[in-house]
Amino acid sequence: MAVYSTNEFKTGLKVMLDNDPCAIIENEFVKPGKGQAFNRVKIRNLKTGRVIERTFKSGESLEGADVVDVEMQYLYNDGEYRHFMVQETFEQYQADSKIVGEASQWLKDQDFCTVTLWNDAPLAVTPANFVELAIVETDPGVRGDTSGGGGKPAKLETGAVVRVPLFVQQGEVIKVDTRTSEYISRVKE
Amino acid sequence: MLTDWQPLTNSKSLHLRAQLLRKIRDFFDSRGLLEVETPVLSQSTGTDPQLDYFSTSYHQLPEQQTLYLQTSPEFAMKRLLAAGSGSIYQICKAFRNGEAGRYHNPEFTLLEWYRVGFDLSQLMDEVEALIAVLFANYGLDSTQRKSYTDVFYQYTGLNAQQFCYEDYCAYAINCNLPEAMNLCGHEHGLWLDLLFSHRVQPMLGKNCLTMIADYPACQSSLARLDDENPLLTKRVELFIGGVELGNGYYELTDYQQQNQRFDQELAIRKERGLIVTHKDQRFLSALKSGLPDCSGIAIGLDRLLMLLSRSSHIDEVLSFPIARA
Repeated sequence: MAVYSTNEFKTGLKVMLDNDPCAIIENEFVKPGKGQAFNRVKIRNLKTGRVIERTFKSGESLEGADVVDVEMQYLYNDGEYRHFMVQETFEQYQADSKIVGEASQWLKDQDFCTVTLWNDAPLAVTPANFVELAIVETDPGVRGDTSGGGGKPAKLETGAVVRVPLFVQQGEVIKVDTRTSEYISRVKE
Repeated sequence: MLTDWQPLTNSKSLHLRAQLLRKIRDFFDSRGLLEVETPVLSQSTGTDPQLDYFSTSYHQLPEQQTLYLQTSPEFAMKRLLAAGSGSIYQICKAFRNGEAGRYHNPEFTLLEWYRVGFDLSQLMDEVEALIAVLFANYGLDSTQRKSYTDVFYQYTGLNAQQFCYEDYCAYAINCNLPEAMNLCGHEHGLWLDLLFSHRVQPMLGKNCLTMIADYPACQSSLARLDDENPLLTKRVELFIGGVELGNGYYELTDYQQQNQRFDQELAIRKERGLIVTHKDQRFLSALKSGLPDCSGIAIGLDRLLMLLSRSSHIDEVLSFPIARA
């Protein structure tokens, strides 16, 4: 794997830090007029999702991490692992709940998502930004209410709970932004 | 079509720069300083191990010569002082290789001036007067003057003059900078650079000019040591809004001491495997012939403009930053 020096630490670069794959978020050059130059770097640990700050002497380097994002189709959950497939190659990957994490509440069989691979093994799963899911449980709304004010909780077929306007009914399919868990609209069948 | 021919800055910023230059010239002209120009290209460089140089080659056939772009006009201006120029100022471009970021562009504009017969506190008075003129419409609070040791203690609880490795490590761990132990090891100067830039500097100059003086001797560069306390050096740094704006000295005039410091820096360069540089012999000869007692300071004008225009990146105040140069 290639080695990257501090001046190559661009946003999104994947590097190895403390034996974990990480992504560079921000890199600030800090140099006193007279004195040592440093790079203050904000890094996301791709395993834990945690963001840390770390200072390097300018010119220090880190090994690159073999991390790629691959679009895959979510197949099924066997109880222990969730299974994913690359459409073009039919190559399959499995990931446990620790890796899938929060994404599980948005994953519907056959839907597409992004699987982050590290050395060809799943590291993280990111759902599509927008998903369309059916409401399996919500209180009956008040007739005549067409605004978004207030709202009520609605449980979706994948398990996620989002707030929806009062007029949205059980059984309807809605579009949701997975990054904010926000209701976007109803989907006409 | 390519759009990167366009400047990133706006016309307001261009006007602000023109106004700034005019105000600076008015300020110094009215105080009787002489504006000078010195070469940007030089046959020698400094020896500072923290600076990387741009070089180019000069074709004066049949000979070829390597020339360097100045990292500051300091040596040339001191040669003028030694030749009897009296107090002088200069606004010029300086170049530092590899330095790019929010507050750095490898090519930048410096204001540098020298006051014959001034000690550091007189120079600081003049800095304060200049900043008051330039920031007249900005609403700065009154200027603060503090010693390095005091602010270092205030924000870290550490003694900057005496290096206690255990205390420094404990502090680093406490403030979530454990990597400092690996980065700095037992080098006191490195610890000071790291902790000052990360923990102290951001706190300095909150809506005011803060001048930090009396740096520890290991941070002296071209400043004179304090006669009364050889652990301290006659150096001052300027900060507004956590941004380092300038660096000044009660200038070292002692040829022997200067020569020694160059030798120490060259040794460090060699040890770190950096490009070999040579001592500027013409500058040393000037010192030997006699540099008058003087204080001098350099201020980064691009950063000054960042503050005046409340910009968050140096690129916003440059017509064309390095990526579009």
